[in-house]
Amino acid sequence: MMLSRVADSLYWLSRYLERAEHVARLIDVQIHLMLDLSPESSTQRWGRLLQSLHVPLPLDGQFDAYRMTDLLTFDTRNSNSIVNCVSSARMNARQLREHISSEMWEQVNWLYFHIKDARIDAVWEAQPHEFFVSVKNGIHLFQGITDSTMNYNESYQFIQVGRFLERAASVAQLLDVHYAAFRRHTSAFEGEFVEWIGLLKSCTAFEAYCKVFMADLQPDRIADFLLLNREFPHSIAFSLNRVQGALLSIAEESKSRRARTPNRLAGRLTAMVDYGLVDEVFESGLHGFLADLMRQCELIHDAIYRAYVVYPFDNEFAD
Amino acid sequence: MSSSSVLQPPFNDYRVDIAFDEMFTPGLSAREPYAELYHRLLEMKEGELTERQLKADLSFLHQGITFTVYGEDEGTERIFPYDLLPRIISANEWDILERGLKQRIAALNLFIRDIYHDGQVLNDNVVPRDLVYSCKHFRQKMRGINVPRDVYVSVTGTDLIRMPDGSFAVLEDNLRVPSGVSYMLANRSVMKQVFPRLFSAVGVRSIDHYGQTLLTTLRALSPRPEPVIVLLTPGVFNSAYYEHAFLARQMGITLVEGRDLLVHGQVLYMRTTAGMQRVDVIYRRIDDDFIDPLAFRPDSTLGVPGLLNVYRAGNVALANSLGTGIADDKAIYAFVPAIIRYYLGEDAILQNVETYLCSNDHERDHVLENLDRLVVKAVGESGGYGMLIGPQSSAVERAVFRERILSNPRNYIAQPTIALSTAPCYIDGEVDPRHVDLRPYILCSGPHVDDITIVPGGLTRVALKRGSLVVNSSQGGGSKDTWVLQ
Repeated sequence: MMLSRVADSLYWLSRYLERAEHVARLIDVQIHLMLDLSPESSTQRWGRLLQSLHVPLPLDGQFDAYRMTDLLTFDTRNSNSIVNCVSSARMNARQLREHISSEMWEQVNWLYFHIKDARIDAVWEAQPHEFFVSVKNGIHLFQGITDSTMNYNESYQFIQVGRFLERAASVAQLLDVHYAAFRRHTSAFEGEFVEWIGLLKSCTAFEAYCKVFMADLQPDRIADFLLLNREFPHSIAFSLNRVQGALLSIAEESKSRRARTPNRLAGRLTAMVDYGLVDEVFESGLHGFLADLMRQCELIHDAIYRAYVVYPFDNEFAD
Repeated sequence: MSSSSVLQPPFNDYRVDIAFDEMFTPGLSAREPYAELYHRLLEMKEGELTERQLKADLSFLHQGITFTVYGEDEGTERIFPYDLLPRIISANEWDILERGLKQRIAALNLFIRDIYHDGQVLNDNVVPRDLVYSCKHFRQKMRGINVPRDVYVSVTGTDLIRMPDGSFAVLEDNLRVPSGVSYMLANRSVMKQVFPRLFSAVGVRSIDHYGQTLLTTLRALSPRPEPVIVLLTPGVFNSAYYEHAFLARQMGITLVEGRDLLVHGQVLYMRTTAGMQRVDVIYRRIDDDFIDPLAFRPDSTLGVPGLLNVYRAGNVALANSLGTGIADDKAIYAFVPAIIRYYLGEDAILQNVETYLCSNDHERDHVLENLDRLVVKAVGESGGYGMLIGPQSSAVERAVFRERILSNPRNYIAQPTIALSTAPCYIDGEVDPRHVDLRPYILCSGPHVDDITIVPGGLTRVALKRGSLVVNSSQGGGSKDTWVLQ
């Protein structure tokens, strides 16, 4: 038996860390890519990056790298900044001291102070790359600690749901913004080559992609890989399978009668990517496909809440 | 008045003064219960105590035994200060304490029940009526409510002190939400690791069953068989949160906050992922004031709206009950020996400390004339707050208290300044005496003396500052393990 509040905190602890990792990776890739981009392309890329993180564009149209990095990393007014995500994750973890291992708490606590004590000037002066790698590693370490110190029970499954639902939604948004900006070529031509590498690297997918398709970067294949590949842990198909599996475990363990809706929604969406073909997706329109997918992710989130966290009292005895 | 030291290291400068010393007689020979410890300490090689201290530090750190400090950086957690050397109580002494505490708790339970029902004790003029009704912990809304098994105080943490003549006296009855028991258990588990051989050589009674006994106590209160029991905490920012989590874990019950609970049709539920789960017993670690915003403080966000109604309907048990604070009001305290005589027809086994009520004109005059020699306390406070220690006070402080007493005499009592007993503590590489008190934890599952259990031990609180008499953890106090001998 698990308190709804605890399930809620586990879910958000994990979602916020996943989001922080995603933001850290996008910044790191961007700063690296800027070396190969014209100032104009760089500005456009910052714009797309903000868009893919749902961060409003600066009103003055200035996309200075230092300023953007500060905004996305340390700015507490930006609700999706790394410092805010990690701080929210820690707040949730504080509520969970009895439900997560001490090692997990110590790691998220360390991460919080690591970021809170850092200053944009110092990070910028030294190697921003090193800082963002330390953030990503800190979150990977948390995930590894989770996998090796926690009971694989309902608590663990809520962590999995949060992590992979966040991942599926953020990769979908990233793809949507990218494919809106670049036309589909049969082969990525030189000017845009860097951008396609950037997309893959933003999902830690460059090496994994090359192992499957070699360094032959083709937009359709990249979409296929990031959307439908069942083996690559940052693909949408992989993530949704994890969401579905975790929800099934939760339903089994909680024996909640309300589990049907989230399970049905997760199963339907997983089937959509499991049995989808990339050609058909492009034929009917990638944007429409991704928009539908993101909407369904939100439906799953709502359904999880209604089933496990904020269900109304009357329904309790109605069925 | 103090005897000069004739002791070997590590006792170099150990002095015994007018206070009773737990370990040494005035002639500086070790008392019987401490003989074994004394010899072991003398035999220890230089540095060995320090080594064990480090071992104990690490053990506390790894167990994460901490308390939250208010008013500092968010989430500041500190290791609870402790002392390495055990405080030892002989089997005979414990027998007296046990009988005395059981007697006291049984009488206080009857007293609280009487106050919230017929008030016989008031009609018979044993306790002044206006003293009870003017108590800030009196809960009008508890009137006429029948509580499960007539148990008002399931858990008590009585503060005892040892007088200069070696006898124990009750200083405070903590009948609301006493804390500290987790430190008693933690101290013990660390000491077993640090002094394993001494521990078994001396023959110490076990306290490991505290969690189980508490669970049994809570279970006995349930209105239904197979009860669901929860521990209600104010949340992670409460200074005793560590203890709440620790106890919930020890008993295997769910640690809940007010927002996890919900009243529906005079039944209490908690919201779980599997659905609403009915709750039968609450071990509550939230004060009366905050527990139900519909019944008490409306601005409380920590409690459960409607909880009092569920309680009144008999659908949930609360440990402790509400309104128990009337019996640990420091003015009512003065009447406890009379209360024991009234309900049980016996003399109190454990003495009270002499207490002057400022609400009484004659006694107030005495207090005001002797402010520099007395300890003045606000009746409703605990934790060492709202106190004037006469001999250590300045003229300005005394003037402030004089004003306070005169403007609200009911709110103050005074007691003689008592030299609490001293016990050896390992401080800065030497063994030195420090003042201590004793807080045993008393569990009560029914209305009779036989329903009361005391785990043999308690929290010995230490005033770590040399000469200080204030043992409260909020004011620089620490603790040490308490060994009750077989």
